[in-house]
Amino acid sequence: MLNQISLAFKKSKKEKRPALLTYTVAGDSSKKQSLEILKSISKYADILEVGVPHNTPVADGGQIQTSSYRAIKNGIKMNDIFQMIKEFKKIENSKPIILMGYYNMIYQFGENKFLKECKKSGVNGLIVVDLPWPENKIFSKKCKKSSINFIQLLSPTTSYKRLKNITKDSHDMLYYISMLSTTGGKLKVSPKKILQNYYKIKNINPKKNCVIGFGITEKTISKFKSADGIVVGSQICKEITRSLNNRQNPVINVSKMVNKLKKKIS
Amino acid sequence: MRLKKRIPVIDQGDKLGFWGGKFGGNFVPETLKKPIEDLELQFNKLKNDKNFIKERDKYFKNWIGTPTRFIKLSNLTKQIGGAQIWSKVVSDANGGAHKIYNATVHCLLARRSGKKVIIGDTGAGYAGKMLSMAAKKFGLKCKIFMGAKDIERQQPNVRAMKKNGADVIPVHTGSKTLVDAVSECMRYWVANCDTTAMCVGSTVGPAIFVRICGWSTSQISRELKVQLIEQFGSVPKKLKLYNCVGGGSSSFGFWNEFMDYNKKQVEFIGVEAGGPAKSKKHAAPLTYGSKIGILHGAAQYVNQNSDGQIEETESISAGLDYPGISPLHCFLKDTKRARYTAASDEEALKAYQIVTKYENLRPSLEPSHAFSVAIKEAKKLSKDTIVVINSCGDAYKDKKILEKKLGKKYVKSN
Repeated sequence: MLNQISLAFKKSKKEKRPALLTYTVAGDSSKKQSLEILKSISKYADILEVGVPHNTPVADGGQIQTSSYRAIKNGIKMNDIFQMIKEFKKIENSKPIILMGYYNMIYQFGENKFLKECKKSGVNGLIVVDLPWPENKIFSKKCKKSSINFIQLLSPTTSYKRLKNITKDSHDMLYYISMLSTTGGKLKVSPKKILQNYYKIKNINPKKNCVIGFGITEKTISKFKSADGIVVGSQICKEITRSLNNRQNPVINVSKMVNKLKKKIS
Repeated sequence: MRLKKRIPVIDQGDKLGFWGGKFGGNFVPETLKKPIEDLELQFNKLKNDKNFIKERDKYFKNWIGTPTRFIKLSNLTKQIGGAQIWSKVVSDANGGAHKIYNATVHCLLARRSGKKVIIGDTGAGYAGKMLSMAAKKFGLKCKIFMGAKDIERQQPNVRAMKKNGADVIPVHTGSKTLVDAVSECMRYWVANCDTTAMCVGSTVGPAIFVRICGWSTSQISRELKVQLIEQFGSVPKKLKLYNCVGGGSSSFGFWNEFMDYNKKQVEFIGVEAGGPAKSKKHAAPLTYGSKIGILHGAAQYVNQNSDGQIEETESISAGLDYPGISPLHCFLKDTKRARYTAASDEEALKAYQIVTKYENLRPSLEPSHAFSVAIKEAKKLSKDTIVVINSCGDAYKDKKILEKKLGKKYVKSN
């Protein structure tokens, strides 16, 4: 049987569109509200990335940092995150969830215990920003044993030889970082160039689902229709911040935004 | 876990950059893998290249001004009445602190690789000031990331950076200190690593930065060894080397040449920042038993909560105000080669007062931590024991804090 992540890609391919992946930070702006946001956007998004907030993030831009600090300040803990996912999965059992974060959070929890909790709560995949290949070889094998997708990251600086090696060691999904940037930077490379690199990866192994992320917004998302999947994160975090500043309901606003994103690629 | 002899400690890491199998490494985003690998290749080649070493030594001698003085603190020795107290006055170096060695080497590397811009982090402002000096000297553009709180408390160094033409970028996230400055600097590098070189200001960060910094500051102990032999005819039978430890760049450099000596002959004592006596917060992960975690790309002992969030630190000295510690020091601690302890804010201030009262020496708040422990221990040591404290920074930058804590009069009279 295919895992939920692969099924989500299969479904979107059938509908002749890329999969829409959203990123929100667990616990932003509160434990309760972030669950509400997940529930409401799951109507439109195909795969939900849930950020594990960390206070020394070396790859995140301002928007995600703001969301992360807000979530930490409001008291989110690792166990709350698993609890939240468990509750989400009770309602939306088939919607894939990917946890995305920094290695220290896993290291402190204990790799094995972390994977056990992932499985128990229904997490389908993991992205660990600061655990690159080949450092991640052992952990990614452990993930596979627990039937959890370890998602390898690739970037414009990744050499061809490395692309091949990483792809070989990858599970069902790959994540291509569009440009040299932290998350949420302005798209400084043309979509054409980004897609060229994307196809370089696809040519190595067309079977692997590859998503493109970093710097993609409502304005640019339609340019990437030919990709397997597209991730939007910072723009959503920004919308939460904007809503809070204007005393509006982030759940409604974010849901509207994700609906729009979906329409742009359908 | 074992320390090997006759192999430089910076080269004792394994293939993945781990010392003792667990400290250091490269916990970095994929984007930085390539620039880090490039820097590794360049450094591994150049550190054995005679011409490069010649070039380095030329700038160290003519521009930084090596060797720095090695002096006896006779009045202090008499006053304390125990071991002989000496100091290696590294603050003699151009710019006023040891940070100049690492900054110079990074600029030499950046120039050779054709990079036009160099970025760096800073806490006390010394790493930033020195990088701005070296960048100017070697014709590179310079950006310095500094916590907003540190900008406020270390103004003389901020002015110096600006005078040297560097952009000082205030960091407002988190605790607004060094830890946040390093994060922001790394983030900037992620986005600009194709055109920009990065200099990490201490023996922290991904393994290659630990190695380059340790290699650069080792100049201090190379000089000291020669000076000891000139003074005593040989390396003394009972030698104790005291140094403050924040990230750990000056202490590592102060000890490196003596690594292979038996610790009964040459003992290393690292003094961390214990923070205010009444506060639970500190910057002393080795002394107070912090757990291993990942910070800024490396595994190390680091102040953190049970979830893995990095904890805020507190110290009067901005240069030691860092929640982690160099993987090299974690390795030296666990192999028991070095001993680590802490001094509080108050103890450091008291030591500053004692040193400036008896000697014509003005250690900044960072080495004042080391002086505090050295003075305490020297009392109980025999007269043939040689205690050396690395006075690795000058107190000029601390004027504002010293005035506030000790009164204007006191600072002026010194």
